[in-house]
Amino acid sequence: MSNDLLIKNGRIIDPANGIDAAGDVLITNGSFAKVGGKISAPGATEIDASGKFVTPGLIDIHVHFREPGDEEEETIASGSAAAVRGGFTSVVCMPNTDPPIQDATSVEYVHRMGRQTRKTHVYVMGALTKERKGVELAEMGLMTRAGAVGFTDDGSGVQDPSVMLRALKYAAMFNTVIAQHCQYDSLAKNGVMNSGYNSTVLGLPGLDSLAEEMMLWRDIQLVKKTGVRYHCQHISTAGSVELIRQAKAQKLPVTCEVTPHHLLFTDDACADYDTNYKVNPPLRTAADIEALKNAIKEGLVDALVTDHAPHLQSEKELEFVASPFGIASLECALGLYVKALIEPGIIDWPALINLMTAGPAKVVGLNKGTMTMGTQGDVTIFDPGAVYCVDTATFKSKSRNCPYQGWNISGKIEYTIVGGEIRYNSQQG
Amino acid sequence: MSKTETFKWNRKHLLGLMELSRQEIEYILDTAEGFREISTRSIKKAPPLRGKVVVNLFFEDSTRTRNSFTLAAERLSADVMQFSTKFSSVSKGETLLDTAKNLEAMGIDIVVIRHSAGGTAKLLSRTLNCAVVNAGDGYGEHPTQGLLDAFTIRQIKGSLEGLEVAIVGDIAHSRVARSNIWALTKLGANVTLVGPPTLMPPAVKQLPVKVSYSLDDVIDKVDVVNMLRIQFERLGSNPFPSIREYSHYFGLTLDRMKKAKPDIIVMHPGPINRGVEMESEVADGKNSVILKQVENGLAVRMAVLYLVNQASQELRNK
Amino acid sequence: MKILLDAAQISNSLEYLAQCIAGAAGTGSDIGIIGIRSRGEILAQRVTKILAQKISKDVPCGTLDITLYRDDLNSPAGQEIPQVRSTEITFDISDKIIFLIDDVLYTGRSVRAALDALMDLGRPRAIRLAVLVERSGREYPIQADYVACSAKVDEGQFVQVKVVEVDGIDEVVVE
Repeated sequence: MSNDLLIKNGRIIDPANGIDAAGDVLITNGSFAKVGGKISAPGATEIDASGKFVTPGLIDIHVHFREPGDEEEETIASGSAAAVRGGFTSVVCMPNTDPPIQDATSVEYVHRMGRQTRKTHVYVMGALTKERKGVELAEMGLMTRAGAVGFTDDGSGVQDPSVMLRALKYAAMFNTVIAQHCQYDSLAKNGVMNSGYNSTVLGLPGLDSLAEEMMLWRDIQLVKKTGVRYHCQHISTAGSVELIRQAKAQKLPVTCEVTPHHLLFTDDACADYDTNYKVNPPLRTAADIEALKNAIKEGLVDALVTDHAPHLQSEKELEFVASPFGIASLECALGLYVKALIEPGIIDWPALINLMTAGPAKVVGLNKGTMTMGTQGDVTIFDPGAVYCVDTATFKSKSRNCPYQGWNISGKIEYTIVGGEIRYNSQQG
Repeated sequence: MSKTETFKWNRKHLLGLMELSRQEIEYILDTAEGFREISTRSIKKAPPLRGKVVVNLFFEDSTRTRNSFTLAAERLSADVMQFSTKFSSVSKGETLLDTAKNLEAMGIDIVVIRHSAGGTAKLLSRTLNCAVVNAGDGYGEHPTQGLLDAFTIRQIKGSLEGLEVAIVGDIAHSRVARSNIWALTKLGANVTLVGPPTLMPPAVKQLPVKVSYSLDDVIDKVDVVNMLRIQFERLGSNPFPSIREYSHYFGLTLDRMKKAKPDIIVMHPGPINRGVEMESEVADGKNSVILKQVENGLAVRMAVLYLVNQASQELRNK
Repeated sequence: MKILLDAAQISNSLEYLAQCIAGAAGTGSDIGIIGIRSRGEILAQRVTKILAQKISKDVPCGTLDITLYRDDLNSPAGQEIPQVRSTEITFDISDKIIFLIDDVLYTGRSVRAALDALMDLGRPRAIRLAVLVERSGREYPIQADYVACSAKVDEGQFVQVKVVEVDGIDEVVVE
């Protein structure tokens, strides 16, 4: 029996290699063997991709799979199943589990659970500091050796500039990336939504944009000093966009990412105290959305991510101030970006695919996100025109905290192929 | 004849005043006018809520508001159940909704809720079938306080149209301020918020009010001054250096009262920190309507309980 | 639409009711007039005025709002409930003979509510009921003591009393 997989008649979009053309893709023994043109491979498993887009496997470098510690919200197995349903062939888990991913054993555990699930490639970032407390550095070296693709205290930012400086300096040994959830706690205080008119009239504690921007500004100064790769997670404000623009103009090794919810909702969405819109960084204003979209258009943004943050319904039923932050959107992400970026004509398909493949791969230093010959055969096949309705009841994720319930979106995932193996097929669910 | 005669009240919940129209607010005030008389009788009771159960679900200490709602419900012949606890739900364990659904299973008709978190009344209204009355949620709204303040001013001045009202103190953390802003401005008053900038909410410029950092600048121009309570327990990191300095700039002293209009109305939602927000001589002085506010609170709460019950009844019948 | 009473007839009717009350009250009795909101309120004020002239003495007059005492407040069969307004009775009704005045006596439900409302205000020596129009259709066992006009009205017809103060005209019509 042949180990070949032949994808016929699709529109191949491989932005990193400058390909956007109709043709076939052949994966042999798990790796790309031939891309483009008419291919014939007798004995190969064939997929007819007529009318579909064939792209490098999508990559999400910001997900929360909650394992270990909160397995009732999500596990690596359930999260991986959700990932391939969303077309993602690689994900990067955040280390804010309980206990945090802060040693080599935990990194290996995440990898092992990912391999056993046989859905998506599961990568992980390690905690930057022990217990994510922002005081002592975690074992970056040993975790890097175990395969951690970066370090972050995501969920909170490193408050003390001297600790952050030390982390960046130390990281220079490992050619890794330091990612930051920019938020000064002393400014953010007990904020639960964007600080502005809505927080004022709703009587909810606000999160000031400055809490994000001041830490980003500080970190950029530290990057200037150390020259170490730095990634700002989920930027949400026009001010952050401006800081990224300046940093990139100075050719600093600074990257950033944007989530779908920060492109699709303003803080008006919180007006009904619906906790499905409680997210950190919070939903901001129309002007911020505009700035983020412009940044994407200009090429200032390196990756689109979901920040998939599953929570139990019982937690999301709590009072707005008591409910945890987070939105689960891994299974409908592509359609959300289509709505936010393709439909209004902000960017074109190759640009979008780039931000979901080669872009994020580069941020975390993975040799992925392309269809380059010989690399692992990860492919996503989707129907750009097919409109479907988001139904959380069909989610493979364990959680339903998704404000997109009932939305009609396009970009339906047909096949998710990992290493030449069909891991998701819309026919079989 | 009342100008709101043809209007029909159809809200089953009273969650806040921001969402109410001027006509709805006036309807409540007019209705409250009809309930004032009950408290003057020797038999202080009327039957409209006979056989109905009202629950006071209080997650925050508030003897005054709870007493007022209790008495209001009892004067309308409802059975009243008290549920007071300092418990507040965390991520695991019994949630607010569990508690409320449990109570509802016992067959209650109206929940009066007080909670330290904004939006809790709305949360309950989305989930429960019974009527919900917000008795103060975090620093969201305290609609019955806003209504009784408007009622009291209207009673004395006849109308709020064109009146100058100052609300003084911790605006940022005050649900009373928010409900007052909506009620008073919708009824045509001009509101000025007075306090240190550190006690103003973030988007104060987008509210339909003026802002002043000086009580001295506004005291001689206003018809009403509503002094908010400084909630020491809610002020996290010192928004002002000391009580002494606060009182110096924002306390209603006898000296400041000398500059005020002779018929200025002095209000306070209570309980007063005497010597902080105002001096005793002012609190007990001839311009003070603080006790009238308490008295009117009863009529307003009776009207609210009556109206939400009526609306709830009609919705059920449909 | 048929006019049952015109302005002059209404005037005569109220004169008649005042005469009845004057006769019943005698000179020494302690009496009070109370009208049921809304048309009864106005009729009561007019009767009181006539009565005061007849007996050359001021008679206290008040208004009763019976909304809170209606028997259909919490009932599925309930009609449109009017806005609650204030009961305005500034005198003590205890130990007085109260003349309760309403425009039309029909089902008897309003009078039942009014009696309950009065009970919450005190303990009158007696309550007498005087109405401008009485018609058939009683649902509760209540009869008036003084009736100015007894109307033969079919079921389904509606007797409406209009007064100058509110409606701009004095007349009673059957629709």
